Amino acid sequence: MDIFVCIKQVPGTSKVEVDPVTGVLKRDGIDSKMNPYDLYALETALRMKEQMGGIIKVISMGPPQAKDVIKEAYMMGADEGILVTDRKFAGADVLATSYTISQGVRKMGKFDLILCGKQTTDGDTAQVGPEMAEYLGIPHITNVISIIEIKEKSMIVEMDMPDTIEVAQIQFPCLLTVEKDIFQPRLPSYRKKIATKDREIKVLTLNDFEDKDEKKYGLNGSPTQVERIFPPAINNDRETWTGSGEQLSLKLTAKLKELKFI
Amino acid sequence: MGQLVCNQDKVNELNIEELIKVCPFGAIEYTDGKIEVNAGCKMCKLCVKKGPVGVMEFIETETKKVNKDLWKGISVYVDHVGGSIHPVTMELIGKARDLAAVVHFPVYCVFIGYHIKEKAEELLQYGVDEIFVYDYEELKDFRIEPYAAALEDFINKVKPSSLLIGATTLGRSLAPRVAARFRTGLTADCTILDMKENTDLVQIRPAFGGNIMAQIICSNTRPQLATVRYKVMNAPEKQFNSKGLITVCEIAKTKLKSNIEVLKVVKKKTEENISDAEVIIAVGRAFKSEKDMTMIEDLAELLHAQIAGTRPLVEAGLIHAKKQIGLSGRTVKPKLIITLGISGAVQFVAGMNNAEHIFAINQDERAPIFNVAHYGIVGDIYEIVPKLINDIKSSVIM
Ligand SMILES: Cc1cc2nc3c(=O)[nH]c(=O)nc-3n(C[C@H](O)[C@H](O)[C@H](O)COP(=O)(O)OP(=O)(O)OC[C@H]3O[C@@H](n4cnc5c(N)ncnc54)[C@H](O)[C@@H]3O)c2cc1C
Ligand SMILES: Nc1ncnc2c1ncn2[C@@H]1O[C@H](COP(=O)(O)O)[C@@H](O)[C@H]1O
Repeated sequence: MDIFVCIKQVPGTSKVEVDPVTGVLKRDGIDSKMNPYDLYALETALRMKEQMGGIIKVISMGPPQAKDVIKEAYMMGADEGILVTDRKFAGADVLATSYTISQGVRKMGKFDLILCGKQTTDGDTAQVGPEMAEYLGIPHITNVISIIEIKEKSMIVEMDMPDTIEVAQIQFPCLLTVEKDIFQPRLPSYRKKIATKDREIKVLTLNDFEDKDEKKYGLNGSPTQVERIFPPAINNDRETWTGSGEQLSLKLTAKLKELKFI
Repeated sequence: MGQLVCNQDKVNELNIEELIKVCPFGAIEYTDGKIEVNAGCKMCKLCVKKGPVGVMEFIETETKKVNKDLWKGISVYVDHVGGSIHPVTMELIGKARDLAAVVHFPVYCVFIGYHIKEKAEELLQYGVDEIFVYDYEELKDFRIEPYAAALEDFINKVKPSSLLIGATTLGRSLAPRVAARFRTGLTADCTILDMKENTDLVQIRPAFGGNIMAQIICSNTRPQLATVRYKVMNAPEKQFNSKGLITVCEIAKTKLKSNIEVLKVVKKKTEENISDAEVIIAVGRAFKSEKDMTMIEDLAELLHAQIAGTRPLVEAGLIHAKKQIGLSGRTVKPKLIITLGISGAVQFVAGMNNAEHIFAINQDERAPIFNVAHYGIVGDIYEIVPKLINDIKSSVIM
């Protein structure tokens, strides 16, 4: 089986704040890591390979530093890594991101399956997977919680819905986004780290793509625009209570009683 | 659209630091004596607005403009499984009516499924002008290709200006598929929606993974797509003299082919769902162990409350993922919520700020949760909660 896994590098900490005076965003620490949800997608690919054989390619779009997450994927057992990077991709929204990654996938040739995480912890849209599937003209299933069977030309999976579980058979090639509970991701191995130290990471830029039309990438290829950013609203109808534990507890009890919760 | 351009001649040793630091995404690089913007750029344009004057510039370029007059109406996708309509649908109809009123648009629904015509009648009572129904056996279970084909057909026929979709599992699968098909914008999990006179949909959501909100528009393409979670908007009252129409649409069967076969749909055991709770005790990172949780169980029992919490508590395994409130958890709208040891990050607040009465206990008086709470209680939960349990018990006896 030829499997692509889409992995993204995300900030390690989620501390971004707006400076109330200058209105400038502050981000402390620039450490980064692999999007935790993508670990589940990679683990799913590794299990499938163990069962069916094949080759696992990880693909990531991002700045040159994103090579780190590809190296991490090598340490877990991925066979090939592709970094899609170009200054012309800056400012991409979901549509442009999905198009860019799908162009990268096309460039790398045929495949049976693409696996994505459920969502990223920074973009947090859960939209990139389905949009890529559309661009590649393949069916997709989201929120996959388990794989029941893998056949030669198809697989049977369970999709998690709010009140039901849909059991469906999907033909290859296809795209799945997987839930956190599907498999427990393995830890990166030191032995593999040594073994893959010099393994190449293929870099693709706009020039390598089939579609080189700059208008389809980065900001120019993004239909959504951020018009403004602002700190969250403050509720004006509020009280603050201070005092000793006894006082606060009594005051709270009285208020809950007044509001008829007790 | 446009691009960021750096006026290299205005860069000097004095302002270069400032310029690099103004970018929260570390996307401005200085290499070989040249400033360059790397792929980390999110186009927040802070470098233009707040960076050293005149260094970074945003140059608008010509873009193909859509003729907005050809796109009319606010439509809502009817979210359902096997004909049982998800209540987010009614909430979106309520919002669609508010938005439509600004620009004098009709409100539409698009209903895709099998044997659903009767159900459509019911929906009319929420004040929908026209419901477009696609009723085919191939649409019995949710499969992406036929559902996307039907929605595409609807968009081509009706040309709605905006399309609102519930951020359910199904909606989050269908909306991006269709957005990509029309090469148009889609904003996930909007918490506020508004309408401009020029029919641009104003979409607001927490963004950049931080304590900030972003206002997003999609002014050069149509339709404009947005997903919204359950319990974020308000459902309208039913009206009994509905004058809306039901239009049954036809689509070629060849378009309903699929590479997916649904083998069965299994009903899950019904579980307590925090979205439906009237009273919630929400716990945050101040809770460190299982033992701390027992204290909360007593309190929850006294108040007939469900226990929910923040993401770090889910990550620590102290509460189940289904009990997470927030942007990547569930949205709740209880009559009463008491937050204990929660800082009040936007992603958490986005999931609970529509609660009727919000009480927060936190020892840090500057915690942002106090901007949201109606009653902010500055104190230590380990001191207050045990006393509170006693006080409530004795007040019940009295
Ligand atoms: C894309 C994205 C999506 C996210 N989605 C969600 C989501 O859906 N839900 C969610 O919850 N988070 C979400 N987060 C995480 C969110 O940003 C915060 O990190 C999280 O909500 C913080 O949880 P907390 O308040 O429990 O912890 P902290 O921020 O650590 O706050 C703990 C608070 O407890 C107080 N405290 C400590 N000890 C005591 C004591 N003894 N008595 C009283 N007070 C005490 C402290 O003063 C502090 O304010 C998301 C983040 C990102 C980037
Ligand atoms: N820049 C990227 N590079 C590679 N994969 C990505 C990227 N962005 C998103 N993805 C994939 O799409 C999934 C959903 O991302 P999102 O829509 O941002 O929540 C992630 O879990 C990844 O598998």
